[in-house]
Amino acid sequence: MNWSDIGDAMFGGMADYGAILALVSNSVIAGAVLGVVGGLVGVFVMQRDMAFAVHGISELSFAGAAFALLIGWDVVTGSIVGSLIAAGLIGWLGARARDRNSFIGVLMPFGLGLGILFLSLYSGRSANRFSLLTGQIVSVQNAQLGWLIAISILVLLGLLFIWRPLRFDSLDPQSAAARGVPVTGVSLGFMLLLGLIVAVAIHIIGALLVMALLVTPAAAAMRIASGPWSVPLLAALFGFVSAVGGILLAIAGTLPVSPYITTVSFLIYLVCRLAGRRRGRVTRERFA
Amino acid sequence: MSADDDTAVPATRPPLRIRGAALRRGERELWSGLDLDVAPGEFIAVLGPSGSGKTTLLRAILGLEHLSAGTIETGGRLVQRRGNRRIGYVPQQRPLPPETALRGRDLVTLGVSGHRFGFGLPNRRDRERVDALVADVGASAFADRPVGELSGGEQQRLRIGQAIADDPDLLLCDEPLTSLDLANQQAIVSLIDRHRRDRGTGVLFVTHDINPVLDIVDRILYIAGGRFTLGRPDEVLQTSVLSELYGAPVVVLRAGGRLVVVGAPDAEDAHHHHHPDPDEGVRA
Repeated sequence: MNWSDIGDAMFGGMADYGAILALVSNSVIAGAVLGVVGGLVGVFVMQRDMAFAVHGISELSFAGAAFALLIGWDVVTGSIVGSLIAAGLIGWLGARARDRNSFIGVLMPFGLGLGILFLSLYSGRSANRFSLLTGQIVSVQNAQLGWLIAISILVLLGLLFIWRPLRFDSLDPQSAAARGVPVTGVSLGFMLLLGLIVAVAIHIIGALLVMALLVTPAAAAMRIASGPWSVPLLAALFGFVSAVGGILLAIAGTLPVSPYITTVSFLIYLVCRLAGRRRGRVTRERFA
Repeated sequence: MSADDDTAVPATRPPLRIRGAALRRGERELWSGLDLDVAPGEFIAVLGPSGSGKTTLLRAILGLEHLSAGTIETGGRLVQRRGNRRIGYVPQQRPLPPETALRGRDLVTLGVSGHRFGFGLPNRRDRERVDALVADVGASAFADRPVGELSGGEQQRLRIGQAIADDPDLLLCDEPLTSLDLANQQAIVSLIDRHRRDRGTGVLFVTHDINPVLDIVDRILYIAGGRFTLGRPDEVLQTSVLSELYGAPVVVLRAGGRLVVVGAPDAEDAHHHHHPDPDEGVRA
């Protein structure tokens, strides 16, 4: 492959950009909703130190989707079942952070291995195999896109409902329990919402890359802000820009969407990290 | 041991009433037969070596843990549910990580509205309440900075602001002075002292070191060696009383306005087993 091939792969579709955009407009909407909701969920993922759990859930969600593909079920349903089993197990067995991480470390290769087994047994179109791992939003059918959007909105509503007690429990669990916040219920509720949004993210950017929309935007926001409004608003904005920007860039060529989304979200993080350096230095001096 | 003059205030709903409380860990009984009444505005210090169940006692009052025996009433109600907003709780000062996405005043906001469900659009009533609490604990100057940038004393002021958000009848403080320097210790103690005098809040104050609160404490609950003793500071902090409590020769010395308990073997032993923090322990 030479430079002109790469150019074609990246920009070959520019001539028909408008027509392609019209075809994938539902994908753009699904990406936008996931970007916003993923950014908001990510704020709590960061505060609860659960980035590793996101990865663990996504591997089991991938196994569920692969199993559904193998036996001819709906893959979205399969991924949700896998996600919820993982989220439930992690929430139930891993109440404390150290237990949680070791349990996820055990669960993750098992889930990924199961998924690869199911994919190996699957004899259908081979393009479907990789799309679960690395995502291909533009190949998702419209009916499924509708489901993905509906689930994302459900997660958003659930998150808004438990927002304040969840925030209290995430930032200051001892005081939250002392003040009568139902910390167990709130934690399990969050695991349920996290499981659902991970299942959605798998279909859009793939099981291996969900962190780009569920962790990176919130991590970037926290580098430059610390207010109760500014952090979630920025995280949602960064998630939106990553997802929508990634899709819009990708359809100019023939390359998959995911690398664009991960690159945009990484660049946003990089900029925020540089911009937030001053704050970090001041902090370190005070603690020195 | 509880029915002395301090508790004879004719309050219909005492902030705290404990009857026949006992705590065991496995086979070992930490203490039993504990009766304790906290009157409105009363300041009681809880002393004793680590592992003597002081923190468990506070958590049991909050409904977060169960005693082995006995009953606890707060504000005239039996403790049954987990957590209680009529009780303020100030935990041990643990520095928040520098990158925590939280401003100082947000810590107080959690106390005002953190328990409510829903997203909670900003409203003037909550904001004014937070402003008043922040001013009350003398935190206005630094409340808008990220908590990770605040000193231990500044963070602890805000935690007190959070704890008194609902103007509680009872304030439980679990080693709130740990890892603070002397000036900040004094500032935090006088803040709590002023609040309990102004608002009639009963205070149960768990501490390793009695000196920072020696001038203001009404009574002391001293737990050691599987027993406890309860009384005024001059009754409890005596060589003979503490020697009997520890079951070992202990000397109470007063020097330079400070009080020192020398040779409390259990305290030091337990201290090394349970707490890696070298700052703790009855100052000896």
